[in-house]
Amino acid sequence: MDSETVDAGTVVLSARRISKSFSGVQVLFSVNFDLRAGEIHALMGENGAGKSTLVKILSGFEQPTSGEIILDGNPVKLPPNGAAEALGIVIIHQEFNLAEHLTVTESLFLGREVTRFGVLDRKFMRTETRRVLDLLGSHVDENAMIGTLSIADKQMVEIAKAISRDARVVFMDEPTAVLSREETNFLFRQVRKLRDQGTSFVFVSHKLDEVMELTDRVTVLRDGQWIKTSPTAMLDGESIAQLMVGRELSKLYPAKSEPDVDEEITLSVKALSTGYVRDASFEVRNGEILGFSGMIGSGRTELMEAVAGLRSRISGEVIIRGETVPSGDVHAANRCGLAYMTKDRKSKGLLLNSRMTANLTLQSLERHGKLGYLSPASEASALERARRRFDIRVRDGNVVAGRMSGGNQQKLLLAKVMETEPEIIIIDEPTRGIDVGTKQQIYHFISALARDGRSIIVVSSEMPEVIGLCTRVAVMREGRIVGMLEGDEISEQEIMRYAAGLKKKAVA
Amino acid sequence: MSVNEETREIRRRTWRDIDLRAVAPFAALALLLILGAIVNPNFIGITNLANVATRSAFIAIIAVGATFVISSGDLDLSVGSMVAFVASLMILFMNSGVIADPALMLTAAVLFTVIAGALCGLANGLITTVGRIEPFIATLGTMGIYRGLTTWLSQGGAITLREPELQEMYRPAYFGSILGMPVPIAVILAVTGVAAFVLYRTRYGRHVVAVGSNSDVARYSGIPVNRVRTIAFVIQGLCVAIAVLLYVPRLGSTSATTGILWELQAITAVVVGGTALKGGAGRVWGTICGAFILELVGNIMLLSNFISEYLIGAIQGAIIIIAMLVQRSLVRKS
Repeated sequence: MDSETVDAGTVVLSARRISKSFSGVQVLFSVNFDLRAGEIHALMGENGAGKSTLVKILSGFEQPTSGEIILDGNPVKLPPNGAAEALGIVIIHQEFNLAEHLTVTESLFLGREVTRFGVLDRKFMRTETRRVLDLLGSHVDENAMIGTLSIADKQMVEIAKAISRDARVVFMDEPTAVLSREETNFLFRQVRKLRDQGTSFVFVSHKLDEVMELTDRVTVLRDGQWIKTSPTAMLDGESIAQLMVGRELSKLYPAKSEPDVDEEITLSVKALSTGYVRDASFEVRNGEILGFSGMIGSGRTELMEAVAGLRSRISGEVIIRGETVPSGDVHAANRCGLAYMTKDRKSKGLLLNSRMTANLTLQSLERHGKLGYLSPASEASALERARRRFDIRVRDGNVVAGRMSGGNQQKLLLAKVMETEPEIIIIDEPTRGIDVGTKQQIYHFISALARDGRSIIVVSSEMPEVIGLCTRVAVMREGRIVGMLEGDEISEQEIMRYAAGLKKKAVA
Repeated sequence: MSVNEETREIRRRTWRDIDLRAVAPFAALALLLILGAIVNPNFIGITNLANVATRSAFIAIIAVGATFVISSGDLDLSVGSMVAFVASLMILFMNSGVIADPALMLTAAVLFTVIAGALCGLANGLITTVGRIEPFIATLGTMGIYRGLTTWLSQGGAITLREPELQEMYRPAYFGSILGMPVPIAVILAVTGVAAFVLYRTRYGRHVVAVGSNSDVARYSGIPVNRVRTIAFVIQGLCVAIAVLLYVPRLGSTSATTGILWELQAITAVVVGGTALKGGAGRVWGTICGAFILELVGNIMLLSNFISEYLIGAIQGAIIIIAMLVQRSLVRKS
């Protein structure tokens, strides 16, 4: 890498041996990163590799635990909360930071309105907005309300905003996730134009083809560590994919046990569509662990929520043991023995201000007393049972869920879902944000549940997890199931090919 | 040194076990009682205190209902108007003379009132949940509607219970006593007891807290969020009806100004009692304590001579702000 930093292009912004920990869990390990003037630099890695954290640190939204940031050759401490914009460092978030009720002009000048004699100089601001939009070749009306714009146009307004603030470094986190192909092409043209004028871009994306098409250099992170930085021209999609995943599976996972071919089909989903998910069909057998892989935003969670009745479906059927489950009815799905465990344990899974008991029994209160009465003794014994079964380790049984560690929260959430004694369990991101030891425990719980004859669906963005646990893996991309892998086909490279759109297969 | 640290750790833990927010209103009540005793020796007498408790009954009972609504994350501004409306309906019903026998008439009137209150609450609940209107706006609307209907029913004047026999029979419901305890106090205790049981010991109560605490978590746990919220409004309506049942025998009359600003006093009682205004934690006994505090402050001001009793509204307003500040500082510490 040292040999590369010497040649052309002055380095604008760089990270030196940056490390970062969140509440004891280290997510970045001494990472180096250079951004030159006038380049488009791709930052790649699996989900959880530390890309977003690195981006946040380089834009001042997070402070590194150790290491330094160098701007124009000088070590700096970036101001927090977006104040780094003043230094020309702008981040375009995945979710836009635009107020729906403002006009394009008002958005562009938000927080630095131009005044004349104390009164807003609307005319000047409008002209200036028009000028920037024209510069980008955008047709967006400067007087339009943000709320009326298409997603692509909002993206364009964000970029215009960045330019109008004389941005020198622009971070783009998955900018094309919500764009159509034409919109993407248009965006890329603008980005290239700005690059040629000297602006630097950091492009975070999962889409290999786009990275190949747009970027000048690629940096790959894996498990919070710097793996490689190389000119894009020297790599191809395959080799990037390999760099991103290249790792061996250890003893983290329990032995797989494949269900018999003649095992009963417990859950069958036929041609299910929601707003985003199209025509998804799959089946799960008794004792099977079916994996769902794919990039973030590929529609896995939406599909599972539709199956679980948390979201209504436009068309398609969900059949549990021969019984059709009505659309958008959580209760009916629960009655049929299906339970969904959310990936979002903090905002959808647990009441963070409540104690363990209240959380544990929330979904199964009817089991703890008659006629609506709740028996404290019955609840206490349920907690005792769950703590033993799922090894929830807390010193104080009265602690509120929000004060527990991520691992214990996840175990509590799993225990809560299992309290309903489901036959079919959909587990969305079983091990998000928890340490390796707890991960291993959770894998063994899942495997034990399957051996007990339950059907399990594991939705995960961590490929090793899906590969290590599942006997079949469905891959989703842009709302569709694009591949169904079995046996030896299940490998990171193969999944990545489907997930990134390099390979497609008609699924029966 | 390590031993020292350990004991400090243990002490801190035991302190943390006591939820300061739950204790704070009772501490404030005790403080007020001491202050009152200093100001005027008559204050601490059982007659005076029973009087204060009796007078707090309306707000206390309404505030118990408000505890449910607020715990589930909503707000009901219409309760004051609802008291006036339901009370007017009750008196008009009794005046109508559809049932000749007074005892039967009274029973029917009580039933009628309870149903009327529940329906008023149901209306609030449905507008908020099915109509998906912010509870603040929805109940601001019904507040105007109930008040307006009362004014219309009374034609701008008063609605008075005419039947003297009924009046005589109904009087003890406010002025009588059970086992030496004034009826209103007994009703407060009964209502609060039932409410505490429902909130802390039943499935529904757990649902209320879950919905108020995080409605997404509740939804993902299969809780029918809108039904839970609507029922909370109905409980509020029932509490208003019970307050009306005590109110009518007291004066035997209502007017367009009945129950004005009671919604604010009820909300104040709930907040002073330690229930979080953003939902998720209900404290029924704290609410009762809050209602007593409001009434006590007025009483102390009356008995003391150095603050004008005309300032009572200002003092009550100040109390709600102070209570919020105290609540927040306690949250930060814990």
